[in-house]
Amino acid sequence: MKALVVDDSRAMRMVLKKMMTTLGFEVFEAAHGIEGLAQLRLHAGIGVALVDWNMPEMDGLEFVKALRADHAYADIRICMVSAENDMAKIARALMMGADEYAMKPVTKEIIVEKLDIMGVPVAG
Amino acid sequence: MKGVIEAGDFAFLRDLVMREAAIVLEPGKEYLASTRLEPVARKEGLEDVAALVRALRAQPRGKLHQAVIDAMTTNETLWFRDAHPFETLKQSVLPELIEKRAAKKSLNIWCSAASTGQEPYTLAMILRDNFPNLLNWKIRIVATDISNAALDRARSGLYTQMEMGRGLPASYMVKYFTRAGVDYQISQEIRAKVDFKVLNLAGMWPYLGTFDLVLIRNVLIYFNQETKGEIVNKAAKILEPDGYLMLGSTESLLNIKTNLERVMHDKTSCYRPKAG
Repeated sequence: MKALVVDDSRAMRMVLKKMMTTLGFEVFEAAHGIEGLAQLRLHAGIGVALVDWNMPEMDGLEFVKALRADHAYADIRICMVSAENDMAKIARALMMGADEYAMKPVTKEIIVEKLDIMGVPVAG
Repeated sequence: MKGVIEAGDFAFLRDLVMREAAIVLEPGKEYLASTRLEPVARKEGLEDVAALVRALRAQPRGKLHQAVIDAMTTNETLWFRDAHPFETLKQSVLPELIEKRAAKKSLNIWCSAASTGQEPYTLAMILRDNFPNLLNWKIRIVATDISNAALDRARSGLYTQMEMGRGLPASYMVKYFTRAGVDYQISQEIRAKVDFKVLNLAGMWPYLGTFDLVLIRNVLIYFNQETKGEIVNKAAKILEPDGYLMLGSTESLLNIKTNLERVMHDKTSCYRPKAG
């Protein structure tokens, strides 16, 4: 399966990309929401997106809203991966269409469990 | 020396957890004892695990022994551990039990190795979220563990951010938790549904009443075959004739003589008393 990691931190993208690659995903990266949407247009078949909240250009919440407004992306599972840990904000992300939410810092186990909750199959 | 346990010290610890908790600490598990007990030694102001064992040898059984048993028996626990057994509970086992108890309007559940509370609270949240018609029922969730320290944490309902990340769906997180300083606390409503008690599965059990559902998950693995058999058969005696026993996903009753039979619900093994 193809996965998209959207995060403005290059180091974080690398960490998440490595985790997802070891779980059998082909991983594409974006540094903000607009790049994320461009990657989705470029690479058909992306099934899951891990999305940071605070990013320049287009933040994670706007990205989630844009994705959920487009029927072409209805099947993509979205897990926000963010340092935002306020319950009201997390509730808002879910309301906007995120399927899951992981609070940073994350481990591979946490990501695997979030993928499992979203019904996204993983290898290994 | 840090990280190394002398053979004599390991034998002492192995005998202690065997005698007190019937838990088998096999040779080769020295690293486990070391990892678990170094924080206990530090907390007591002792240099290392060797000093901790010297202190244990030098005093009658007391709080320090209990702290060591707690540390050796408290295991990683997750929300919705293995996911599919909880899906089975939600989709088939609980609806069936609820239908059968419609006249009595009561449901009794026992989580026998509750540790820091994630399993009984998961059950309480599932019941609250999926069965709103149970509001006027008498729901009893008894949650037991051998470790006082683990139960104290469970009663507080407080969890670190890292613990929150382990298997808890975000929808439950926002519905049932609030921030409490740097931690998160499960709601009073959910906490009030669970009754925590100390119980050593391998020891004498206090009177618990009978149960419609018993969970002995991810704990039998620590006992030898004989103790496993005793625990399962004692649990079978307090299980209602139409009740269910659930084990951990990798556990089974293979080679255990019991009057329970396996019933498959989707991919989850459940056990129930044989008819007659």
